[in-house]
Parts: sequence; C-alpha cells; structure tokens
Amino acid sequence: MPKKSDTARKLEDVGIDIDGDVESAEEDKKAKGKGAKKTAAGKRGKAAASEDGEDEDEDDEPPRGRRATNKKKAAQADEEDSDDDFPQRRRAGNRRRGKVRESGGDGENEKSGRKNRRGGKKQKDAKGKGKDKDNDKDSDKDEKKKKNSSGDDSKSDEEEESMSEGEMAKLMEEVEEKKKLIANIRNKPWRMKRRLKVLKEAQQFVDKFEGALGKGKGRKLYAYKVMMMKKWIKFQRDFENFRTSCIPWERKIKEVESHFGSSVASYFIFLRWMYGMNLVLFGLTFGLVVIPEVLMGLPYGSIPRKTVPRAEQDTAMDYSVLTDFNGYCKYSVLFYGYYNNQRTIGFLKFRLPLSYLMVGIGTFGYSLMVVIRTMAKNADVGGGDGEDSEFTFAWKMFTSWDYLIGNAETADNKYASITTSFKESIVDEQENQKDENIHLRRFLRVLANFLITCTLGGSGYLIYFVVKRSQEFANMDNLSWYEKNEMEIIMSLLGLVGPMLFETIAELEEYHPRIALKWQLGRIFALFLGNLYTFLLALFDEVNSKLEEEESIKNASIWYVKEYYANFSANNPNYTGTPPPIDPADVIRGPCWETAVGLEFVKLTISDIQVTYLTILIGDFLRALIVRFLNYCWCWDLEAGWPSYGEFDISGNVLGLVFNQGMIWMGAFYAPGLVGINVLRLLSSMYYQCWAVMACNVPHERVFKASKSNNFYMGLLLLILFLSLLPVVYTIMSLPPSFDCGPFSGKAKMIDIIMETIDLDLPAFMGTIFGYLANPGLIIAAVLLMVLAIYYLNSVSQAYQNANLELKKKMQMARDEEKNRRNNKDSTNQVMKDLEDLLPKNAQMSHAPPENKADKKHDQGGKSPKVKPGTAGSDVRLQKDVSLASANPNARGPVTRAPGPRGPGPLPGQPGAGRGQGPPPRR
Amino acid sequence: MGNKQTIFTDEQLDAYQDCTFFTRKEILRLHGRYHELAPHLVPMDYTNDPDVKVPLALIVNMPELKENPFRNRIVESFSEDGQGNLSFNDFVDMFSVLSEMAPRELKAIYAFKIYDFNVDNYICKEDLEKTLNKLTKEELTPEEVNLVCEKAIEEADLDGDSKLSFADFENMISRAPDFLSTFHIRI
Repeated sequence: MPKKSDTARKLEDVGIDIDGDVESAEEDKKAKGKGAKKTAAGKRGKAAASEDGEDEDEDDEPPRGRRATNKKKAAQADEEDSDDDFPQRRRAGNRRRGKVRESGGDGENEKSGRKNRRGGKKQKDAKGKGKDKDNDKDSDKDEKKKKNSSGDDSKSDEEEESMSEGEMAKLMEEVEEKKKLIANIRNKPWRMKRRLKVLKEAQQFVDKFEGALGKGKGRKLYAYKVMMMKKWIKFQRDFENFRTSCIPWERKIKEVESHFGSSVASYFIFLRWMYGMNLVLFGLTFGLVVIPEVLMGLPYGSIPRKTVPRAEQDTAMDYSVLTDFNGYCKYSVLFYGYYNNQRTIGFLKFRLPLSYLMVGIGTFGYSLMVVIRTMAKNADVGGGDGEDSEFTFAWKMFTSWDYLIGNAETADNKYASITTSFKESIVDEQENQKDENIHLRRFLRVLANFLITCTLGGSGYLIYFVVKRSQEFANMDNLSWYEKNEMEIIMSLLGLVGPMLFETIAELEEYHPRIALKWQLGRIFALFLGNLYTFLLALFDEVNSKLEEEESIKNASIWYVKEYYANFSANNPNYTGTPPPIDPADVIRGPCWETAVGLEFVKLTISDIQVTYLTILIGDFLRALIVRFLNYCWCWDLEAGWPSYGEFDISGNVLGLVFNQGMIWMGAFYAPGLVGINVLRLLSSMYYQCWAVMACNVPHERVFKASKSNNFYMGLLLLILFLSLLPVVYTIMSLPPSFDCGPFSGKAKMIDIIMETIDLDLPAFMGTIFGYLANPGLIIAAVLLMVLAIYYLNSVSQAYQNANLELKKKMQMARDEEKNRRNNKDSTNQVMKDLEDLLPKNAQMSHAPPENKADKKHDQGGKSPKVKPGTAGSDVRLQKDVSLASANPNARGPVTRAPGPRGPGPLPGQPGAGRGQGPPPRR
Repeated sequence: MGNKQTIFTDEQLDAYQDCTFFTRKEILRLHGRYHELAPHLVPMDYTNDPDVKVPLALIVNMPELKENPFRNRIVESFSEDGQGNLSFNDFVDMFSVLSEMAPRELKAIYAFKIYDFNVDNYICKEDLEKTLNKLTKEELTPEEVNLVCEKAIEEADLDGDSKLSFADFENMISRAPDFLSTFHIRI
C-alpha cells in the first residue's frame, strides 16, 4: 500500500498534465467510476497509477496514507457490487462529504500544523496556476472550498489576533478565489444541489471576510469599492435580464426550430440579428440626420433644392409618381438632395453636413465592427474547422441528432436522413470512389462551367444594356410602366431565374449534394455580385455624364439669376429695394446625381421586396393551396407526387438577405430613408416568412448544412460590406458633389467638410496636428508599420498552426504506436502460431491448443480496427484477418519495428522454449 | 410581480441565476413548465425548498423531449438518483446545460454521460450500437452497425483501448462543427 502511494506521488507531476483536466472535470463521475478504474488498475499499471496520483492530489490532505487506505477500502467495496452503480454513487457522495468533515476536524485538531499546511497549499496553488487549464483551477478551488469549510471557524480566531501582512494577502487571495468561483460556478459539472450549497458557502465566506480586508486609511476605500462592485454586479444582472427580455421572436423561432430543425432556424436567427443591426443603423441615421433636419432645417419650399420644380408640380402628388419615389418623395428628407449646405442649423448650432458625413462613415464603421465581432465570437464558439474528415463516423454518431426537433414529421425525416447518410458513408468507405466513366463526367463538368460562365456574362451584359437604355429613356417623355421600371424588373428576374438555371445545369455535374450546394452558392453569389457591380458601373457612367452636364447648367443658372435681376430692374424702374427672390420652383437646377443614385437604390430595394414577397406568395402559398385542395379531384397524388409542397430554401434566402443588405449599405449614403425602408422590410419579412414557412413548407428530406452555420453567412456579409464600401468611399473622396443640392454643395469634394470643421471650429493647434498627421511621410510610416504588424502576426499564426499540426501528428503517432503495439503482439502471436504449425508435433501440443484459442479470441477484439471495411461479414473477415496479419510483418517492416524493445515482451509470457526461435528471422 | 414573488425568494432567484445560464424570467418560466408536468405534485411555493421529484415518464413527454431518441438517457443522466426522477434543481440543471449559453466543455461532459448507456464511464461498442440503433430506428443491418461502430471507435479512440474514454470523446467532440448548434434545447 505505501509503495503504491509512493509511485502515485512520484507520478503526480507527470500525471497531472496528462489527466488533470479530464479528471478534475469529471470529478463527479470519477467518484462513481472509481471501482471500475481500480479493477483495471492491475492491467494498466502506469496509467492507473497516475490517475491515482491525481486523485490524491485533489484530496490533498497530508495524511495521505490514511486516505488511500480509506479509498482502497471503498474501492474494494465497490468492486464487490460494481454493477450496481446506485449505491456506488451514494457512497461516493458520502465519501466526499466525509472528506469535508474530516478536513474540518483536521483544521481544529492540528492548529499548530495549520500554517505549514497552508504553505504547502500555496505551492500547490502556484502549480495549479501554472497549468493554465480552467478545469485545473476548478480543482484548486474545489480543494480551497474544502479547506475553507474548515477555515471558517479557524479563521475567526485568527481574526482576533490582528492579521499580519502575509495573512492578509492570503485572505485577500482566498476572497478573490471565492469570487471567481461564484462567477464561474455555472460552468461546473456539478449537481445543482451541490452548486447551490457551494455558492452559498462561498457567498457567506466573501460576505464575512470581505469587510475585514484593507486596513487603516485603505479600509474605507476598500469597503466603498466592494460596495460599488456589488452594485455593479447587481446592475449588470438586471441589465442582462432586461436585455434578454428585449430579444424578440424567441417563441417564433423556437416554433420554427422544433418544426424544421436548426438549419432553417439559423436563417431566422440571422434575420433577427440583421434586424438588430439595422435598427442601430436606423437610430444613427434618423437620430443624427433626418430628425434634426426635420426639426431645425429650413422647411419645404424655402429654397430650390427643397422644392418640386415647376414643371413637375402638377403630377407631383399623383399616386403613380409617388410609388416611383418621384415628385414629393424625391424632394423630401428621404434623399440626399434635400439637405442644405448651411454649416449649422437651428438654435443648437447642429452641424448637419458634418453629421451627415460622419453618419455615412459611421454606418460602415459600425457594421464592420459588428460583423467582425460576431464572426470572432462564432469562430470562438464554433470549435474546429470540421474540414478534416478524420471523425466522419464519430461525428455522425454523436452530433447528427438535432436536439431542437420537437415535431414528429421532422423527426421521421431526420431519422431517414441520418440512416441515408450512414449508408452513404458506408458505401463511400467500401468503394473508395470508383469512377467508371471519368471522361464523360469531366466533359460534363467542363460543359456545365462553360454554360454557367456564359450565363453570368450574359446577365452582366443584359444589365449593362438595360441601364444604358434607361438613360435614353430618361430623356424621353410618356414612357410606359414597363419602360420606366425595366431595369428593376430585369434585375429581379435575373435574380429569380439565375439560381434555377444554375440548379438545372448543376445536374450535369453529378457532384455530391454537399459539394453541389457549395458550387451553387458560389455561383449565385457570383451572379448577384456581377449584377450589382455592373449596375454600379453603369450608374457611374451616368454620374459622369451628369457631372459634365452639370457644368453647363451651373452657368445657365447663374446666367438665369442675372437675367432675372436685370429684367426685374428693367421692368420696375421705380423699385428701389432689393428685388424679391426668385420663386424656388422656377430656378434652373442641376441633375443632382446623388439623389439619382439614391433613387435607383431605393427602387431596386422596393422591387426586390416585391419580387421576394410575390415569390413566396405564389411559389409557396399558392402551390400549397393547389396541392392541398386540388388533391381531392386530381389524377395522381399531388402531395406525394410532382408538385408537392415547397421546401424552405435556406441558402437562397440567406443570399437574398445578404445582397439586400449590400444595397442598403451602398444606398444609405445617398438616401438616408433607405435604412428606414429596410427596417420595415426586415420586420415584415420576419412575420411573413415565419407564417409562410409554418403554413406552406414541409421539412427538408435531406439536409445538408451549408457550412459552419453562421460564420459562412457572416463571411459573405463581410465581403459584401467591403464591396459596398468601395464605391461610397470613392464618391466621398474623389467625386465633386452637385453644386446645388445636398449638404456638401459648393465644396470641391465631400471630404472637405472635415477640413473645414478642423479649420473653423477646432483650436488652431489641432489644425496643425492634423496637418502633421496628414503628412505623407507619416502616413507612409504608419502604413509600413501596419504592414510589418500584419506580417508579424501572420508569421506568428503560422507558427502556431505548425505547432498545432505537429501536435496533431504526435497524437496520431502515439495512437498508432499504441495500436501497433497491440496489433504487433497479436501478429507476433500469429507468426508464432504459423511457426508452431510448422514445428514437428511433439509434447508442446498439450499447451498449444488453449493458447491458440485465447489468442484468436483476443485477435478478433483487438485487431478489428485494422481490417479493411470492405469485408463486412464476420466469418469472411476472420479469414482475411489471418492472411492480413501474416502478411503484415513483411509489408510493414519499419512500423512493426518501432516499438522494438517491446518485441520480446510477450515472449516470456509464452510457454515453451522452442518458440524463442520465432522472432529472429523477422528482425 | 406579487404572485411571482411567492414562488421563489429573491435570494433563491439570484442563486439560480448564479448557478445557471438563465435569467430571472426564464427560471420562473421553467418553474411554470415544471409545475405543468405534475400540477398535483409540484407546489407553487418553492421558498422552503420542498423535496419534490417528478418521474421520468412525465418529463419525457415534454414537447421539447418527446421526439428525442435519447430522451430517457438525457433525463436519467441529469437525475440525482439515476432513475430519471428529476427534482426542480435537476430540471433547471438539465435545461441550463442544454441552453445556448452553456460552454462547449460543459456540454461535452453531459453529452458523454448521455451516450454512456451502461454508465461505466466509457463509451464502448455496446453504447455505440445502442446510439446508432436509436438514431436510425434500427434500419441498418447488424453488419453495417458493426462496421460503423468499429469505424467510429477507430477514429476517435486515442489510447487504443477500443472504447472511448472521456478524453477521447472530448477531443472528438471539441472539433465537431455541428455539436454546439445541435446539442441545444430552447426552453
């Protein structure tokens, strides 16, 4: 017995790092499983010993021998009834409680030894901190707790003798530990009862001793700090409660989740997230730009840019004009052109132009921050990359059931899909992908990609053509409805038809559904992106032509004003004062390209909304109605047969949402009202789609998840964000704003507004500082620094990656070695058996048969992993097994030699001296 | 607020909030659900910690668990007596672990418990067979089951003892992309 604990102590340091976190995390289970481990101890000498070491470490009281005996006794008792786990667990619980009590007793009895012990514990603590595993710390805390339960009474008399510095520090540390425990208690794998108890104890301890800390002058401050801390925690909790109660649609999403599983729900969660983000953007835009303008800006009709021109005034209130966002809509706060370039407005001296620019940039800044933060959080939680397929079967086994499912039909589908996927993997595993007609398939794939490229190019050209045509249309009168909305209709139709076309073409390729989905997503993405950018390029063409036009109009309007005054004085020679100003409706205006761009985006968004909603209405609802009610009087079963009910198209919907957001980002600068429209859209879409999916869709028959849930979508969003950032920043930085509309009119560039603010409003030295900052030398230096930082971080991350890979390899090697060792033993036995068979039959026969049988049995269990899965039948396998094993030593010479020193290991175990001749030829 | 206060004291609610991933409102809702399961058994007043347990048969009928092939195992592994009788504490514990906020490590521990059918602290082939049969409603042939189980063990078994210890399991599950999103029940 003492010998054993000795080894345990020796192995403690080694064992901790290997088993530490698992063991302590599992503490609960371990207690009850100890019996099993003890029985295994004999066989797995070293490992078991190290585990024991860890046990000892946790218990961590000096009378180790006694504890060990106790435990041994308990373990023996456990062994007796090792099948029945209930009493075991109870005993384990008793034991734990007993420990606490015991340590309490220790504390009182060995007051003199207390100091020493604490010293020892400190060391242990330090060690625990060294291994920075959270769980290890847990075990530390655990032992702390045990100690403290003893410490409670011992501490109180300690307090009487005024505490020394060191004790104070210790106490402080303990209090800190307790606090940490309170903060982390929810992460402990304990029963709730125990958690509540520990929590109560910890809280009592903290309450009792927190006040005692700090002394003299510091005391009051410390008490104050503690009080504020408590208030802060309370506030945080209340705030958290408030925040979670503010998260909308929890019920709705739960309903969808239980009907369709987590993949469909992930779309709605994404939608909700999007809604939250847009709400913030909406708050920014409306709070800082739109509302100040409405409240404090000049009213409608006061200046030309805020007035509908005379020519349009008759039709400005017509419904058809308003639905096109022309007329009064165009000359309202919804669009860029309405804003005045007055530096400050209202009695608050609100700097609207500056605020406008800041909000425009802030929108992007905020979105970028939120998207990246969410991505980082997801990546943090998301665990592994899941790309390496080393765990195909294990993952399928343990993570394929969706615990969210609460609907019988979905559950049935899930069972079916899981079964299919298992069967598929089995087939994959067995066939190792035999390709019969690889040439045909390659040809088809090339053809498919060619077709898709053509489609992409065609759609791009179509959009370019349409935008060009719309510019021609813009100069013509009495257009039909189609001609006016041609561009939006074409773009929406392309978005609708393109994906379907791709799907049809993708049939040619015969990819695995998961891979096909990825291709499909990539292609739709390319289509949307191409469309958006062609649209944008065409728009910029238009902007450039408008800029040229503007020059002449500018001159014309100046001339017109002069003319007007000249005429006025000529007509009324008697009038002495300043002539009355021109009616704002009559002034000649420039084209105001910013508003035009904003208008395009608004129209595009609106038509996108219409098309989406109509698609759902017709494609899902109407279809469901027809299938449901025509089924009574139809030739075939509509529900089971061809039209059937629709399935929810997750990837299409997500991509639609992402692109819509891209348009919002691009357009929001030119049309502040767009954000409001988008918020309305998301809000209605939440209810509408929830209803549609519950009412007319059926659960997926086969679900292939797009990728690691949300981060894939987030990645798309980030890409779109960058792409929509570019044109906006380009216009802000380098295009001249219109001369007679918008907050930046009269400036050479929009960005000049910042320079102006710096020059006029900030103290002079700030201006010089900014001047220095904008110095090319400094900027180049900063850029260089950033590049260096990126390079450094990149190389560091690469090093980590390499280390990771190395560790993985090591693990793999250790695992292989372990397996080989066992296999090796078996195979040597196999060789041995063969040799045995070759030996002349003599007295050995008496030993051999039972030996053989045992070996064979062992073989079947131990070596099965090595068998190629192609042979499923068990009797077939046995044959193959034998042949494989006998072939083994020659085929895999270097591998079998690796655990060399162990080669002779099994030999002494074998009876019969003659067999020693077996191995040498192999070596 | 008045009638809510009678279910739990403020201290109890605070303690529950410290010990779980739930907010005050959710804990009250959980109590509501718990009460619904057995209205005659569960009192509305929990201020003095009544010792009440709801049997497994009632709990597995919750809509959240009804369709789950592992429902019995889930409830059993969270019950203190191992028989599936849940006190309110266990009940809260169960949904706390299965909530969205619970960290991967904690979930992994309980997932291991759930899949360990014979409670021997190892997931052995027998457990895997049971899991697989529950997942596929026994639609696979015995040979296929055998093959899949062997493959799964081969993939995940690090120490080569042809059964999965918690270390093996955690290593495997910590890299699974879908584990967090699927091992989750919204209450």
